[in-house]
Amino acid sequence: MKSEDFRALHAAAISARVAAGTLDPAEVVAASFARAKEVGAGREELNLVLWSDEKVAQADAVSVKKGMGPRGGGGSLAGVPMAVKDNIATLGLPTTCASRILAGYVSPFEATAITRLRMEGAIVVAKTNMDEFAMGSSTENSAYGPAHNPHDVRLVTGGSSGGSAAAVASGIVPIALGSETGGSVRQPAAFCGVVGVKPTYGRVSRYGLVAFASSLDHIGAFARNVDDAALVMETISGIDPRDSTSANIPVAKYREQFVSMATTPTPLDGITVGVAGEYFPEMLGTDMRRLCDRALDLLRSLGAKVVSVSMPHTSLAIPVYYIIAPAEASSNLARFDGVRYGMRRSGSASLREMFGDTRSDGFGPEVTRRILLGTYVLSAGYYDAYYRKAQSVRTLIADDFTRVFAGTCDVLFTPTTPTTAFPIGQITDPYEMYMSDIFTATANLAGVPAMSLPIGRSNGMPAGGQIIASHFCEDKMFRVAYALEAALGGEAHQ
Amino acid sequence: MTPGKYEMVVGLEVHVQLKTRSKAFCGCSTDFGDAPNINTCPVCLALPGALPVLNEQAVTLAARAALSLGCTIHPVSVFARKNYFYPDLPKGYQITQFDRPLATGGHVAIDVGDGARRIGVTRVHIEEDAGKSIHDRFPRETAIDLNRAGVPLIEIVSEPDMRTSREAGAYLRTLRQILKYLGVSDVSMEEGSLRVDANVSARLHGDAELGTKTEMKNMNSFSGVERALEFEFARQCEVLDRGGKVVQQTLLWDAARGEARVSRTKEGSHDYRYFPEPDLGHLVLDADWLRRVKAEMPELPSDRKARFVSDFSLDAEDVDQLTADPSLGEYFEAVARATADGKSAANWVMGEVQALLNANNVTVDALVVRPADLAQLIHMVRDGLVSHAAAKRVFALMAETGKPAAQVAHEHGLLQVGDDVSLAGWIDEVLAEHPDEATRYLAGERKLQGVLVGFVMKKSAGKADPKRVNQLLVSRVGPG
Repeated sequence: MKSEDFRALHAAAISARVAAGTLDPAEVVAASFARAKEVGAGREELNLVLWSDEKVAQADAVSVKKGMGPRGGGGSLAGVPMAVKDNIATLGLPTTCASRILAGYVSPFEATAITRLRMEGAIVVAKTNMDEFAMGSSTENSAYGPAHNPHDVRLVTGGSSGGSAAAVASGIVPIALGSETGGSVRQPAAFCGVVGVKPTYGRVSRYGLVAFASSLDHIGAFARNVDDAALVMETISGIDPRDSTSANIPVAKYREQFVSMATTPTPLDGITVGVAGEYFPEMLGTDMRRLCDRALDLLRSLGAKVVSVSMPHTSLAIPVYYIIAPAEASSNLARFDGVRYGMRRSGSASLREMFGDTRSDGFGPEVTRRILLGTYVLSAGYYDAYYRKAQSVRTLIADDFTRVFAGTCDVLFTPTTPTTAFPIGQITDPYEMYMSDIFTATANLAGVPAMSLPIGRSNGMPAGGQIIASHFCEDKMFRVAYALEAALGGEAHQ
Repeated sequence: MTPGKYEMVVGLEVHVQLKTRSKAFCGCSTDFGDAPNINTCPVCLALPGALPVLNEQAVTLAARAALSLGCTIHPVSVFARKNYFYPDLPKGYQITQFDRPLATGGHVAIDVGDGARRIGVTRVHIEEDAGKSIHDRFPRETAIDLNRAGVPLIEIVSEPDMRTSREAGAYLRTLRQILKYLGVSDVSMEEGSLRVDANVSARLHGDAELGTKTEMKNMNSFSGVERALEFEFARQCEVLDRGGKVVQQTLLWDAARGEARVSRTKEGSHDYRYFPEPDLGHLVLDADWLRRVKAEMPELPSDRKARFVSDFSLDAEDVDQLTADPSLGEYFEAVARATADGKSAANWVMGEVQALLNANNVTVDALVVRPADLAQLIHMVRDGLVSHAAAKRVFALMAETGKPAAQVAHEHGLLQVGDDVSLAGWIDEVLAEHPDEATRYLAGERKLQGVLVGFVMKKSAGKADPKRVNQLLVSRVGPG
């Protein structure tokens, strides 16, 4: 299979051909590995892929072909190669969260989302680079060094799911899984020019996602188009008895609406899109503003009504996020103590020293910073001033969304990020780095679904537009995104 | 030292392992004594990506315990993480309940001989157990066994309402009995399914303020708790008498030496950084659920005692003995109902049954004599089919063989003999064998009658009907 033929195939097309018997999954897997080699996805070049094993992937391809999977070879993702962020547990490949402390760790169980994808015939071909434990916005905080943006190798991929976003962008895989705590799927999707989705909190099981901040963590998906993204989300969504925070609410067939939408010039009739001034601050570049305006014009032309709304607590999202997320992280990462698995420093004089030495050596500087920050804000005497206060402000941020969605709006439209991808090594101030999640962290705090899709380029680099919907209204979010994507056509990548 | 000046103030924290089949937040078995680390899974090993799922049975048992102590069960309670590093704490935090516990505001009624007193129960909450660190198995190494990690516990915190070590002991014994009745725990201090930490302080009689407390840990029996409290109270009194100040600290009781030493881990200095557990929703218990738990509540010891007194006309002391162990009480009641004779049932259960259990060091559950069998034996005694003396032998044989009373009595020839021919034969033999007593008796020395009846009973191996033997003996000397 030729590289350009492989790259032209979306996930839905691959599975259709595999199911029809006209395409061998082994060929698809081989093409994926060939493409990875072609673009230099390995450590020494783009540094997108941390772990992969073609033998394992080819064995899976044989299973899919033989119909050995529980659903046979005709699943909705039959033979589709996928990349998985290194903090989602997979059998057969390591799960290290791009951290030294988990070097060599292979999970004995698999994430529910992965199992569901495998049931439909998807094949894991790579575990991708990321910010260590998902703490970062550029995939520079990896124990294995920064990932490079395939559009310009001097620039970051965004993060923390940068490896997955770039793997899709560079045509290694049509779909990938990432995770979000404050925008870690949508922001790299925007930087790499692909579609990135974060579902409603509770929509996708977190079982098997290595916890960073449990109340903010989501598994999300990357794809080259909205249809594939919707396909992945349909597959991985739904209640899981192993995750007490997963919701027992039926999952809509997101893609069914796409068929009828193609036959009408105004598929967004009856849809109201809210635009909040808080997401278009002064500092937003003129290019980004222009691309958003173009997208909004298209939405109007598709039949949507665009209205102004106010989200007064938006600016509090980053401060609140950087209290709650580190607090939960300080507790979630306590299990990495060198006792049962992963790295353990030998030669320590005492138990407490072993803990200290192992963790000091095993965690990188950003992880260490956030553990210390989180430990501090949960400490006796500071809890009320920081953690409790942050939780009540979090409620105000969520109320902003509740109010606009209870009113006239079906979705909100915002830029995904304030800027396009920045040069590797440019941002050294942690706070400045945190600000790149300014438009995305709100949806994690509120738990509402949100996605980014390409809306054009600024200075040659991809820019993303964000669509945010109300809790469990992914179908509306996908409807708007699908229509906008079609209307943009090739403009989305120009 | 003048302890008489001072009053002891004690509050107890009791941890009780709940008798669920699986752990609090995963499906692993709670079996005790399996090979190390057998009963573990990604959740209780805290592997990356694993998440807890609450065991509903643990909540049911916890709620049952809280209700039995008169606590208010809160419709919404919240799990929290208690963060600290220890090798046998896999997640680096314990899932427990902190500022919004399952239940609050109950009491335990105790009586140490000066009337009933209520000891307040501050709260009951659900939490998970840690694993075990084993220091003496491998030289210079510590081994970790995580079979216990994640086993559900309840912590029952009392008010500082106890004033003597005896009261503390009575509180613990009463609590244990209640929990045993509820079937929520094995409540064995020896096996660690019930653990006690004691907060103790001393103050001058009449003082309203509490003194500085110390926490006593590591006691492995109720009497050990009492001794530890006495030891620590005496130490505090001495400190106060010298004009010193009691230092708040944790002490470990050394039962072998009969003394306490200061714990090296400074409990008080820990900052556990509690915060709500984000992996679990709030624990919401609706009214219907609570009604079901209430409907399924087993009878409590105090209720059973009152019922036994009124139903079977027994005195309080006997009832205490019969209700000490829940299954013994159930056994007694079954016998009493089957015989419609509470007094006899009580005598049998407190007598032969209890003696047999004590001798074999087992509980009534291990007894092969079913209540219906014992009831049959009691009926046979009442109907004169077996003598009292023979009945004891019949019971022993029933316990050995598991056979019904009638069969045992028949097979072993223990049925009472009441026919005059047989009895007269034995009487003749006895009189012949004891000519001196016979002569004196027949000459009118009536007080020898008992001795002669005894001889006849012995000769008949207990089978002779003593009432008839008496009558026949009297008839030999004629009306006196």
